[in-house]
Amino acid sequence: MRRFLLIAIPFGWLLALFLVPFFIVVKISLSDVAVSIPPYVPQFSWETGIGTFLRDLDFENFVFLTTDSLYWKSYVGSLVIAVISTFLTLLIGYPIAYGMARAPEEWRATLMMLIILPFWTSFLIRIYAWMGILSREGLLNQFLMWTGVISEPLTILNTNYAVYIGIIYAYLPFMVLPIYSALDRMDTSLIEAAEDLGCSRLTAFWLVTVPLSRNGIIAGCFLVFIPALGEFVIPSLLGGSGTLMIGKVLWEEFSSNRDWPLASAVAVVLLLILVVPIVLFQRNQQKQQEAEQ
Amino acid sequence: MNRLSWFNAVSLTLGFAFLYIPMIILVTYSFNESKLVTVWAGFSTKWYGELMGNEAFLSAAWTTLKVAVASSTMATVLGTMAAYILVRAGRFPGRTLFSGMIYAPLVMPEVITGLSLLLLFIGVGLDRGVTTIVLAHTTFTMCYVSVVVSSRLATFDQSLEEAALDLGCSRAEAFRLVTLPIIAPAVISGWLLAFTLSLDDLVIASFTTGPSATTLPIKIFSAVRLGVSPEINALSTIMIGIVTVGVITASLITKQNMVRQRRDEQAAARTQ
Repeated sequence: MRRFLLIAIPFGWLLALFLVPFFIVVKISLSDVAVSIPPYVPQFSWETGIGTFLRDLDFENFVFLTTDSLYWKSYVGSLVIAVISTFLTLLIGYPIAYGMARAPEEWRATLMMLIILPFWTSFLIRIYAWMGILSREGLLNQFLMWTGVISEPLTILNTNYAVYIGIIYAYLPFMVLPIYSALDRMDTSLIEAAEDLGCSRLTAFWLVTVPLSRNGIIAGCFLVFIPALGEFVIPSLLGGSGTLMIGKVLWEEFSSNRDWPLASAVAVVLLLILVVPIVLFQRNQQKQQEAEQ
Repeated sequence: MNRLSWFNAVSLTLGFAFLYIPMIILVTYSFNESKLVTVWAGFSTKWYGELMGNEAFLSAAWTTLKVAVASSTMATVLGTMAAYILVRAGRFPGRTLFSGMIYAPLVMPEVITGLSLLLLFIGVGLDRGVTTIVLAHTTFTMCYVSVVVSSRLATFDQSLEEAALDLGCSRAEAFRLVTLPIIAPAVISGWLLAFTLSLDDLVIASFTTGPSATTLPIKIFSAVRLGVSPEINALSTIMIGIVTVGVITASLITKQNMVRQRRDEQAAARTQ
């Protein structure tokens, strides 16, 4: 009995507040928008029964997603931005993780804390910090003009470039930590062996270090890619009107246009897109755990 | 290998500069005399004064704190239970579903979690306000707590629990007297994680709140959409300060505990 209660409480909580809401989203994505409170007409009700529901089922909101170019452009835009920024985060994060793993033993705890510290700081504040730096009168432009690199201020804020910078900045710790832990566990004598056997340092790096940190790289890329895809705060603060990202579109559909059925349809499709990387990520984590045991 | 090569030194310096310079600039300009955030006009703490007089910010901060304390405490209880079930309860019907529901919220985009909870609250006719934000935050943060706690539960020596049971403890007593003290550091870091996530959350709170409750992130977001302001810089500086002090204290305590533990272990090894 006690065991039943112990399981039932968290199980019931998650069922009620995590799983059921998803079915509600799916259900509302199939209903029609209306000027009322709440602003939609339910497609399915127990009074009319499942027959009427199936007869009237028209996937109208999903059809609309394919006909209005704003939506598929936003999905594609999110994917492109997420892929490019994940790649750039890897390029910047790998050398940092490598440097940390090869730093003297007594520094590592401090370096680790310095990487984790930003993670505890408000996400919103970290993104806000870039608004003052990237604007036309901002410090980056002031600095570049002062050094004479440019003579006219660059427009960076409210473009996709600012979005890339924001994503890299916000998610860098997620990339560095798994790569660091993979590199930290690596046996450095393998590199010495490769060098003794005639590899140059660079070839040894490519043929030994990179493959051995592969799991860390994969985990880091997923940890950046998955949240970047549905990102809302970064495109709305740093991006411009030309930045099409699906998280932002969903938010606007919900808050400005008050079209909840369409917002739900946007969410359902986003979820379907995310299922692939999430499943791949889980599988990678599982494989890694099994390999460790 | 114990000396930094120049390449590693350069990449570490550049990397940490990239992570920290924006923060340092933000903090510096909170002490700027001028209203323009990008032009330095002398040292002043007047924005902190204005912030303290801003009723809207203060009441939002109070709401945020209430929500964070309530939701992280509930999340810690539920998350610890969930972790215990995942690691110890063995097989039960729906186990796969249960562990899926624990891990899924960790990777779910906030916009989807927020929207789905909003539709649920509307569906059951719950008035949106502090209560609904607390329910929403408890749900997504309990999963983080259970991940942190279950990794500790998985590594600790079960024979200690069995010994307590053999010596006449009930299951509940064994949990309270043996298991809980051992996993306490993980439970505390789980609580802290849940607390910070709740303090920080903008998207889920915006979806699930009504006109009656505004949290600090919602307030900050609507202010910064209009542009940069020194008052927000001052507020950010206070928040960064609190976090920095907290994290450094926590890591010093962990370090001390580790030193003590090692000493105890050595002493134990000597007496044997």
